[in-house]
Amino acid sequence: MFQTVVMSLNEGFVKSLEIFALTLLGAIPLGLIMSFGSMSSFKPLSGFVRTVVWIFRGSPLMIQLLLIYYAPGMLGYNIWGTGSSGRFAAAMAAFILNYACYFSEIFRGGIESIPRGQKEAGQVLGMTGTQIFFKVTLLQVIKRIVPPMGNEIITLVKDTSLVRVISVYEVMWNGQAFIKSSGLIWPLFFTAVYYLAFNGLLTILFGWLEKKLDYFKV
Amino acid sequence: MALLEVTDLHKNFDQLQVLKGISFSLEKGQTLSIIGPSGGGKTTLLRCLNFLEMPSAGRIAINDDGGSHVLFDGSAGRELKAAQIRENRLHFGLVFQSFNLFPQYTALQNVSLAPRLRAKGKEDRKAQLRAIEEKSVELLRRVGLGDKLDYYPHQLSGGQQQRVAIARALALTPDVLFFDEPTSALDPELTGEVLNVIRQLARENMTMVVVTHEMGFAQAVSDQVLFIDGGVIVEQGPPEQVLGAPTEERTRQFLRGFGKG
Ligand SMILES: Nc1ncnc2c1ncn2[C@@H]1O[C@H](COP(=O)(O)OP(=O)(O)OP(=O)(O)O)[C@@H](O)[C@H]1O
Ligand SMILES: [Mg+2]
Repeated sequence: MFQTVVMSLNEGFVKSLEIFALTLLGAIPLGLIMSFGSMSSFKPLSGFVRTVVWIFRGSPLMIQLLLIYYAPGMLGYNIWGTGSSGRFAAAMAAFILNYACYFSEIFRGGIESIPRGQKEAGQVLGMTGTQIFFKVTLLQVIKRIVPPMGNEIITLVKDTSLVRVISVYEVMWNGQAFIKSSGLIWPLFFTAVYYLAFNGLLTILFGWLEKKLDYFKV
Repeated sequence: MALLEVTDLHKNFDQLQVLKGISFSLEKGQTLSIIGPSGGGKTTLLRCLNFLEMPSAGRIAINDDGGSHVLFDGSAGRELKAAQIRENRLHFGLVFQSFNLFPQYTALQNVSLAPRLRAKGKEDRKAQLRAIEEKSVELLRRVGLGDKLDYYPHQLSGGQQQRVAIARALALTPDVLFFDEPTSALDPELTGEVLNVIRQLARENMTMVVVTHEMGFAQAVSDQVLFIDGGVIVEQGPPEQVLGAPTEERTRQFLRGFGKG
C-alpha cells in the first residue's frame, strides 16, 4: 500500500513542481516589467500597475483562482474549455499574475533602494544606461532581493496546493483521494513531507546564494 | 584660449532659480576653488557641468588639444542627445562628496570598469585591456593605495574610498577634474590624506575645480577662488584677494564664520 501511495503522491508532486516552475518562469519577467511600469513617471501607467498589484496582493489567491477559472464561462466566454488542460491553464494564469504582483513590489523596492549616486557615478564615467543597469545596479539589486524572494518562493511552494479548488490534481489532491478510495487519512498528512523536503532544499539554495553575495556590502 | 569656458550659465528648477548667470574660465593646469554658503548653488554648478542636470541657459566650451568643443549652448535651442552627453562627460571627471564607489567591485575594478567598457568591440581589445589594467594599478599607486588593489569598498576607510574614487575619475584622463566637497563626509583625521592627493595632482598640473569648505586648503592650492552665493559669483580672483582681502561684504561675512577675514 505504501508504495501505491508514494507513487500517487509522486505523480501529484510532479504537477506541483510544474506549477511552481512555470509560475517562476512567467512571474519573474512579468514582475520585472510591472516593476518598471509602477516606477514609470507616466502617471496613468504607474497608477494602473499599482492598482493591479493592490488587487492581486489584497485578495486571497484562492478567490483569484476561482474567478479566473469560472468568471469567463459565466460571462459566456468559455476560454478554458472543459478538460484538465484548461483548468491547468487557468491555474497558471492566476498564479503567474498573483506572483508577478508580489515580485514586482520586491523588484521595485530593490531598485529604488539603490542610491542615486551609483547611477550618477556611472553616468559621469560615460557609461550608457544599459551598461549602468547591468554592470552597476543589477547585482546590488539581486543582493537586496534574495532574502524577500526566498520567502516568497517558499510561500509559492505551499500555495501550489490551492489549485485543487479548481480540480487540478497536485500532491495534496492525490493524498486526499485516499480517504475516499481506501479509507486512509495518513497519505494526506504525508504530503507535508514533500513540501518540507522541497522547501528544505530551497532554503539551502537561498542560503548558499546569500553567502555567495556576501563578499560585498550594499 | 582657456581650457574651460563657462558663460552665463543658468539653472532653474521649475520656478526656483538656482544659478543666475555663472561665468568663469579656467586655464589648463590651474586649480579653481569654489566656496560659499550652503544652498548657494555650488553642487548644482558642478552637476550642470557634468550634465547630471541640464543647464537652462548659457554656454560650456572646452578647448583642448583636439580643438575647440562647444559642449552646451543654450541659445542653439536643441536638446542634446544621450550619445552627445556621454561624449561631453568624457572631458570631465567628478568626485562626489559621498564617494559612490561600486560596492561589488574591488578598488582596481572600480578604477578599470569604465575604461574596460569603452574598449569593448575595439579591434585591439586584448592589448587595450592590458594597458587599462596597468594604468589602473598605476593610478591606485599614485593615490597611495598600491597595496589595496583587491580590497572591496567596505573594507576601506572613508579616506581610502575617496582616494579610489579620485583614481577612478582619473582613469578616463579627463581634461578637468571636479570635486564636490571631497572631504565633507570624512572624519577630520582622514581629510588630510585626501587633500594631500589633490595637492599632489595640483603640483602635477591637473586642471581642477574644487568645491570646498577647507579654507586653508583653498588658500594653498588654488590659482583662483570663486565665492558663490545665491546663484551668482559674488567675488572671484586669486586666493590672496578673495580669501585674504575680500572686497565684498558678503564674502567677508562668510569668511568670518571660518574664523578668517
Ligand atoms: N533637483 C533639485 N530640485 C529642486 N531644487 C534643487 C534641486 N537641486 C538643488 N536644488 C536647490 O538648489 C539650491 C542650491 O543647491 P546646491 O546643492 O547647489 O547648493 P550648494 O551650494 O551645493 O550647498 P551645500 O554647501 O549645502 O552643498 C538649493 O536651494 C536646493 O534646494
Ligand atoms: Mg553642495
